[in-house]
Amino acid sequence: MISLRYAATRVGGMALVLLIVAFCTFVVFYLVPSDPALMACGKPCTPENLALAREFMGFDEPWWQQFLTFLGGIFTGRTFGSGATAIHCTAPCFGYSFRQNADVLDLIGDRLPVTVSLAVGAAVLWVVLGVGVGVFAALRKDSWFDRVALGASVIGVSAPVYLVGLLGILVLGFKLDVVPVGNYTPFSEDPVRWAWGLVLPWCVLAFAHAAHYVKLTRTQMIETMSEDFIRTARAKGVAERTVVGKHALRNVLLPVVTLTGLELGSLLGGAVITERVFSLPGLGNLLIEAVHGRDLPTLLGCTLFAGFLVVVANAVVDLSYGVLDPRARLT
Amino acid sequence: MSTPVARSVPAAIRSVLARDRWALAGTVTVVVIGLVAIFADVLTAIEGHDPYTYDASALDPASGLPAGPFGGVSGEHWFGVEPLTGRDLFAIVVHGARTSFLIGLAATLVSIGLGVLIGAAAGYLGGWVDRVIVWSADVFLGFPYLVFMIALGAVVPVEFPRALLLIVVIGFFGWPSTARIVRAQVLTLKERNFVKAARTLGASPWEVFRTELLPNLWGPVLVMATLSVPGKVGLEAALSFLGVGVLPPTPSWGRSISAAIDWVAVDPAFLLFPGLALFGVTWGFNALGDGLRDALDPKWGRKP
Repeated sequence: MISLRYAATRVGGMALVLLIVAFCTFVVFYLVPSDPALMACGKPCTPENLALAREFMGFDEPWWQQFLTFLGGIFTGRTFGSGATAIHCTAPCFGYSFRQNADVLDLIGDRLPVTVSLAVGAAVLWVVLGVGVGVFAALRKDSWFDRVALGASVIGVSAPVYLVGLLGILVLGFKLDVVPVGNYTPFSEDPVRWAWGLVLPWCVLAFAHAAHYVKLTRTQMIETMSEDFIRTARAKGVAERTVVGKHALRNVLLPVVTLTGLELGSLLGGAVITERVFSLPGLGNLLIEAVHGRDLPTLLGCTLFAGFLVVVANAVVDLSYGVLDPRARLT
Repeated sequence: MSTPVARSVPAAIRSVLARDRWALAGTVTVVVIGLVAIFADVLTAIEGHDPYTYDASALDPASGLPAGPFGGVSGEHWFGVEPLTGRDLFAIVVHGARTSFLIGLAATLVSIGLGVLIGAAAGYLGGWVDRVIVWSADVFLGFPYLVFMIALGAVVPVEFPRALLLIVVIGFFGWPSTARIVRAQVLTLKERNFVKAARTLGASPWEVFRTELLPNLWGPVLVMATLSVPGKVGLEAALSFLGVGVLPPTPSWGRSISAAIDWVAVDPAFLLFPGLALFGVTWGFNALGDGLRDALDPKWGRKP
C-alpha cells in the first residue's frame, strides 16, 4: 500500500523538520543573554569556579559546536565533566538538567503518563461529544437542538480553557462538592481514583475543544447529506441509520481525524494551561517549573519533545487518510 | 468552481450588521470594550483610582480579603478590589483592556501582513519560491509554538519591552495559516484576465500585487483578521496567565485570572470581572468574524 520510497521521503522530511525545530530552539535559547553556568556556580561565584562550571556543562565551546555536541548526544550519549564527578547521560541524551540533577529524558518520562492520561481521555470525550452533537444538529437543522448546540459551541470556542476550568472548580468542586479538585493518582495505583480525579479536567478540556468539532461536523454533514450518493443510497432502500452511520459519517470523519490528530499531538507536548489550573504534575507543569528555575536543558528538551509529537501526529494523520479515504491512498 | 461573490467590503459589513443579530451584538461588544480601552484613563479618573496603588483600607485586615460583600464592590470600587493588595479591580480590568487590544490587534496586523505578502508571493511567483514557502509553512505549523513561546518568555531578559516581544512572537507564528489561504486565492486570481492583462502590459510583480491582487483580497483578509484577533488576545492572556506574558505591574486580564486561582473559593468576584471581559472580547470578534465570512463568501473558509 505504501511504497518504501514514500516512507523514506516522509521519515526524512520529519527528521528535517525536527532538526530545524531543534536548531531554532537552540539558537534562540543559547544566544539570549542568560547563563546557566552562572546560576549553577553558587555564591560567591569566583571567575575560576564559573569557568569550571562552564567547562563542565560544555558551555565553553562556541554555540555551533555545542549544537553539534547536543545532536551527537542524542545518538551516542554524553558525559559531562571527567573523573569522579563526571555525569553520564546515556543515549538518546536530550540534555541533562543541572538544576534537578536528572536526565531530561527521565524527567519527561516521569511526567508523560499524567499528560497522556489527561489528553487522551479528553480527546475521546470531545470527539464523541463533538461529532455526536454535530451529527444530530445537522440532521435536525434549525431545530431547537441545533440552535442550542450552535450557541453552546460559540461559547465553547470563545471561552478560554482556564476560565471554564476555574468556573468548574468553583461550582462543581467547591460549591457543590461533587468532584475532587487538585489531586492526581497514578493509574497503576488505583484506576478508579485516577479516573475520578481526572473527570473535571477531562470535561473542561473536552468542552473547550468539542465546540470546533460540533461546527465542523455540522457543516460537513449538512453538505454531505445533500450529495447525490446519499440520494442514491436512499433510493435503493438503504435504512436511514445506515445512510447516516456508514455513508455520510465516513465523509465527516476525514476532517475530524485531521483536527483530532493535530490537537492531540500539540496537547501531548504539554497541556500547559489545563495542568496549571488543575495542578496536575504533567509535562506542561515540568515546562513551567523549568521556566521559573531557568532550567535551559529542560526547556530545550521539552520544546523538542513537543515538536517531535506534533511531527508524529502530522504523519499519523496523513497515513490515516489512506485508510479512511481510498481516493487519498498513498502510492 | 464558483468565483467569490463580488461585493464591496463596506457593503458586506453593512448587510451583515443589518441581517445578523449575533454579528451585531458581537460588534457592539467589541466596540464598547475598544472604547473602554481607548478611554481607560478617563474612566479611571471618573472612578478615582489607578491600577497600581495599594490600598490596605479596602481590605479586611484579618484575612487580606476585600472588605465588604462580593469582592468589595461598592460606589467607591465599582468592581471591588484585588485581595491582599487592595488595588482597584475596575482600573485593572479597564487598563487590562488596553493591554489586550494593543497586543491582540498589533500581533494580528503583523501576522496578517506577513501572511498576505508571503502567500501572495508564493501564489503569484510560483516555482521554487512557492515550494520553499509552502514547505516552510508546514514546518511552522509543526512548531510547538506555545511551548516555544513559554520557554522564550522565560529566557528573554526583563529589560526587553514585553509588549513588543509578545506582538512580534505571537504575530510571527501566525503567518502560515493566512499565507495558505491567500496563496490559494492568488492562484485563482492569477488566471483571471485583468491580472494577465496587467502582466502583459509589463507590470512588475509588486505593481500587480498592489493594484490588481490586493483589492481583490480585502474580503478574505478582513475575515481572517477578525477571526484571528480572538486567538491572539487569548494567547496573550494565556501567556500572562502562565507568568511569561506582560510583566507586573502592567495590568493584564490573563494575570488577574491567574492570581484569582488562589482566591476562587473565597472571592469569586476577582475571577468574574477579568474573565467576563476576556470572554466578551473573544466572543465579540468571533461572532463578527463568522457573520462577515458568511456574507463575503459563503464558500470561503470551508476545507475540502
